[in-house]
Amino acid sequence: MVNTEVYISGLMLENPIIPASGTFGYGREFAELYDINILGSIALKGTTMKRRYGNEGPRIAECERGMLNSIGLQNPGVDAVTDEEIPALSEVFTKKVIANVCGFSIEEYALCAEKISRSDKVGIIEVNISCPNVSGGGMAFGTSPEAAGEVTKAVKAVSKKPVYMKLSPNVTDIAAIAKACEKAGADGLSLINTLAGMRVDIKKRKPVLTNKSGGLSGPAIFPIALKMVHDTAKAVNIPVMGIGGISRASEVLEMIMAGAHAVQIGTANLIDPWVCRKIIEELPALMERSGIDDLDGIRGAAWKKQ
Amino acid sequence: MKQQDYEVIENRLIAKNTYEMKLMGNTGEIKRPGQFINLEVKGFFLKRPFSICYRTREYICIVYKIAGGGTEAMSSMAVGEKLSVLCPLGNGYDMEDCCSLLLRKSSSLLIAGGGTGTAPLYGLAKEMLKKGIKPKVILGFGSKDEVFYEENFRDIASDVTVVTEDGSLGEKGLVTDIMSGDEYVFACGPTSMLKAVWEKSAGGQFGFESRMGCGFGACMGCSCKTTGGSKRICREGPILKREEILW
Repeated sequence: MVNTEVYISGLMLENPIIPASGTFGYGREFAELYDINILGSIALKGTTMKRRYGNEGPRIAECERGMLNSIGLQNPGVDAVTDEEIPALSEVFTKKVIANVCGFSIEEYALCAEKISRSDKVGIIEVNISCPNVSGGGMAFGTSPEAAGEVTKAVKAVSKKPVYMKLSPNVTDIAAIAKACEKAGADGLSLINTLAGMRVDIKKRKPVLTNKSGGLSGPAIFPIALKMVHDTAKAVNIPVMGIGGISRASEVLEMIMAGAHAVQIGTANLIDPWVCRKIIEELPALMERSGIDDLDGIRGAAWKKQ
Repeated sequence: MKQQDYEVIENRLIAKNTYEMKLMGNTGEIKRPGQFINLEVKGFFLKRPFSICYRTREYICIVYKIAGGGTEAMSSMAVGEKLSVLCPLGNGYDMEDCCSLLLRKSSSLLIAGGGTGTAPLYGLAKEMLKKGIKPKVILGFGSKDEVFYEENFRDIASDVTVVTEDGSLGEKGLVTDIMSGDEYVFACGPTSMLKAVWEKSAGGQFGFESRMGCGFGACMGCSCKTTGGSKRICREGPILKREEILW
């Protein structure tokens, strides 16, 4: 029997499979499809202090092996999340969740994180300093080591739970940002968020997305995400959650060999709502075929000296 | 909602750039006319949403117009090809709502279709017929060569009017030109048509189209603002009641 358990910041996960923020809502839609208790954990939809509608549509554009989204952090606001969404999820999901928070000022990040971290259901706070679809917030805090460090410090000062900073790939040196977060006290890192991208409608001669640009996700970005996880995991001594284009068990193992502690599955959920269950079912058999007894034994194998 | 393989058993041109496709597979879970499916087209990343035109015990019928690469690829799909389909999706038309209205006032029930939006209304009309409801039908198209299902509607409804924008078939004009204004309308069509019908109607249910990521409520890609807060076209829609709609 192989062991798929992984340990991240106080949470022992049955397996490293976590649906990524923004692709799983607050879990309810998926709980109708399968028993979501098989998941390692769930990263909730990005939450802000106030309710947000997000950007005007169209906010989805298709790409080769991927898609662009410009949702713009639609969410019901932190109070509705703590009072309604999390209790509703608790009825169908018994494990701890990862609460994803976002803001438009350092104060908002801290307020939102403090509030949501009070929930017993929340095991980890994931701080989104990498949303490419809002102006004056999100990614603005994730593209310089200084700003990323400041948000980390402010959230760490008030959060009652471990803090993971979710990093943007739209930077020159992601490892430098990662190190700044680590230095400021981050307990872990989640990466990558989407890559900024665009499509033009040739009939209208205008961008497909009303927001003009959006974030690219899906299998097309997997190799980029993998390299960034590799570069970051080598540079820091805190756990890294690998995210970006994963849609099969073999890619989970690639991410862990690149140095990830756990992984998040995003866009693949939109294409196949049962994909996380499939990966969880496939993983032990693939580990067995690959001669892997436990995931801790292969973490960072791609760069660690054997 | 289930994800299953359906087999193409018919795929034929029925009007200019417009095809009717019949997909054999499970139809038992479809609850209401106006629900839709999300269909995988090989070589394209996202599934494509299509409203269910009608269903039988054996197959689902959809009508689509070539609008881009995905529908272009669909038009050359051969009988026997298998497609992965998410079905059923969305809320569909609420006929209970219309039944209670009918008890009070049966003369003002209208089905108003525009272009390929006509398709789900055919299934609705069939279901209504089973319940003994006979709505008036107005179908609007750009021109004669785009018209489809006129005969199908005439077979099941007694009062069918077809209008075309260029006057090449039936009366020249728009669906709203022959609405009286006091109707409860079951509408589906382009947004501009829906808005015009909405303005001229007393009540009703309107079928919307949207670019979607997932089709089942996870990505929030198709959200729209309504009087009851934001709603997802794929989940709380695609049919919205007249009083919910904000333009």
